[in-house]
Amino acid sequence: MSAADAVRDRLDELPDIGLVAGFLAGIWAIMLVLALAVGGTAWPNLAAGFIGSVTVLIGGYAILALALNLQWGYTGLFNIGVAGFMAVGAYTTAILTAPTDPAAGAVAGLGLPLWVGLLGGMLMAAVIGGLAALPALRLKADYLAIVTVAFSEVIRLTVNWSGLAEFSLFGRTLGTGGATGISFESANDVAGSLVNGVGAPVAAAFQSVGVSAPNLANLTYGLMLMAVVGASYWVFARLTNSPFGRVLKAIREDETVTQSLGKDTRLFKIKTFMIGCALMGLAGVLFRGQAGYISPSQFRPTITFYVFAALIIGGSGSNTGSILGAATFSGLLFYLPARIGENVPLGTRAPSNIVEAVAALGSLDPFPLVAYTVGNVSTLRFVLIGVVLIYIIQNQPEGLLGHRNEPAASVDLDRSRADIGGESDE
Amino acid sequence: MSDSAETQRQTAAVDSESIEDPLLEVDGLRKQFGGVVAVDGASFAVGEGSLTGLIGPNGAGKSTTFNLITGIHEPTGGRVTFDGQEITGLPPYTLANRGLVRTFQIARELSDMTVLENVMLAPDDQVGESAIRSVLPGLRDDVIADEEAVRDRAWETLDFFEIDHLAHENAGNLSGGQRKLLEMARVLMTDPEMVLLDEPLAGVNPTLEEKLLERIHELRREQGLTFLLVEHDMDVIMNNCEHIIVMHQGSVLAEGDAEAIKSDERVLEAYLGGEV
Repeated sequence: MSAADAVRDRLDELPDIGLVAGFLAGIWAIMLVLALAVGGTAWPNLAAGFIGSVTVLIGGYAILALALNLQWGYTGLFNIGVAGFMAVGAYTTAILTAPTDPAAGAVAGLGLPLWVGLLGGMLMAAVIGGLAALPALRLKADYLAIVTVAFSEVIRLTVNWSGLAEFSLFGRTLGTGGATGISFESANDVAGSLVNGVGAPVAAAFQSVGVSAPNLANLTYGLMLMAVVGASYWVFARLTNSPFGRVLKAIREDETVTQSLGKDTRLFKIKTFMIGCALMGLAGVLFRGQAGYISPSQFRPTITFYVFAALIIGGSGSNTGSILGAATFSGLLFYLPARIGENVPLGTRAPSNIVEAVAALGSLDPFPLVAYTVGNVSTLRFVLIGVVLIYIIQNQPEGLLGHRNEPAASVDLDRSRADIGGESDE
Repeated sequence: MSDSAETQRQTAAVDSESIEDPLLEVDGLRKQFGGVVAVDGASFAVGEGSLTGLIGPNGAGKSTTFNLITGIHEPTGGRVTFDGQEITGLPPYTLANRGLVRTFQIARELSDMTVLENVMLAPDDQVGESAIRSVLPGLRDDVIADEEAVRDRAWETLDFFEIDHLAHENAGNLSGGQRKLLEMARVLMTDPEMVLLDEPLAGVNPTLEEKLLERIHELRREQGLTFLLVEHDMDVIMNNCEHIIVMHQGSVLAEGDAEAIKSDERVLEAYLGGEV
């Protein structure tokens, strides 16, 4: 316990950017070790694949966790419709950017450039978020949760509906593609063109050690997502370390008191909902629509609960904690076990079911159980996630960083007396 | 019973008109929760710059009256006037911005925020309450200037209530009495004209009680603030308030200075349980 405290104290002294960078570097190192251990001579390509995929996952979840942290962690708005707002953003971007002359069988769109699509997607997610918020914000937390989760399913079922799969509007044919989904200009292609264009010399170096072009593009895309995470973090840190953020925290603590102190809390709640949903919409297209294709099944409510898990692990109410939680959840609990399961050879003694595995314990042979666990880790990782969540909620309910005191203010809060020196932290 | 109650109400109404220069006027205020009439035609006035006491046995409707005045509940009937303008049914944030604020019977500190955050939350119209201003680089400079001013004022307020040593502590870690001080400090940061104090001294030790009362008197003297005080401790009310309103069964039973209230038969009856 004291050792853990010592580690924690060390970590507390690191600046946040160092903490996040160190955490990511640690996860990358684990991926590298895994690739070295199982990849043989092909390890560079395997490592690039692992690191690229884990970075994309962490990036996607980090953006979502930041957005949810603003709504739930700061303001206490229990939004369990994350998947729905992701779908709004992703589908808007898709419809705006899908080619006007699609391949046979695909649905047409407006053919606008990707950046217009991304902005449009965020805007639409914000507007829909605001509309959903209007009636919902009068509700207490539990009811808001029910409304938002229902809302997200309504959105998913609407885009799934064949009636909207293809229709004509002002003489143009467009649609959601229904259950088959919709293809559009992929953000991944931007990474690919970077790799083949400006980054060609670097790419050549990577390729000379056996890293494949798709893996390299994926890695580049992961780093681009990290840049988006960085930008979102910058915006959200300023947003929350301000009087605005102070009102949000106060709403979470006691809305009646906040109103009694002269704050129109409804306005703050609607704004917060819109800002958070805009970012969720962006994550919807950048994360789920990475390959330039989305379909309704990518926006099931499960993803909402993953984002909550990430935020709880990281510490709701802390922006830095959101990113660490996203990295822990998606990198260490979600991605890593699956890769271990796929790549670790089991030998021939792996039993085919859990009964045989446990029965072998009777003859003091733990190997079958271990082999069974490793072999079925893709499924069992959800048990692991559950165990981690229970452990965290029981032993450290504030998550990794929730214990930190992060006052919402845009200046250093010490007295501005000469001997203490009240410089602002900007 | 009904005859005497009618006379009492009329007496009370006559008394309340004797208040010169009223800042807050309550006229025929009524609130019904289902079949229960919590406030039943209460009328009184609070003079500007006064320290007025509001007393009454449990269930007399004092807290509900507070909630009706400050917009937490909407009245079923009646009017509330503040500073010459009707404010009946306006939401709490509008009233706070006009200078009418309250504290709560059970201190409601924002427990996962520091004492300083609690206090810095309160001032009206802070520049950085705008989301865009707090994010965009050029505009944020104004936010920071404003924040520095708010911070300095917050420290002064904490000094005034002698809780500056707790500034960086989470409000949830404070003792009961410290929470009461924090509530007062927070409410003052809104720069009010009138403060409604709902049992600010309940659960407060005598030394702290003395300190709080001293602060209230000082604020009246130096900033001309008006206070309406609900309190169960009769000595406090009798010794500090120049005007006292007694509520009973949802309406005003008697009004006057300490002497008048002490010698009022109806008040004694209400407290000692005469006819109900």
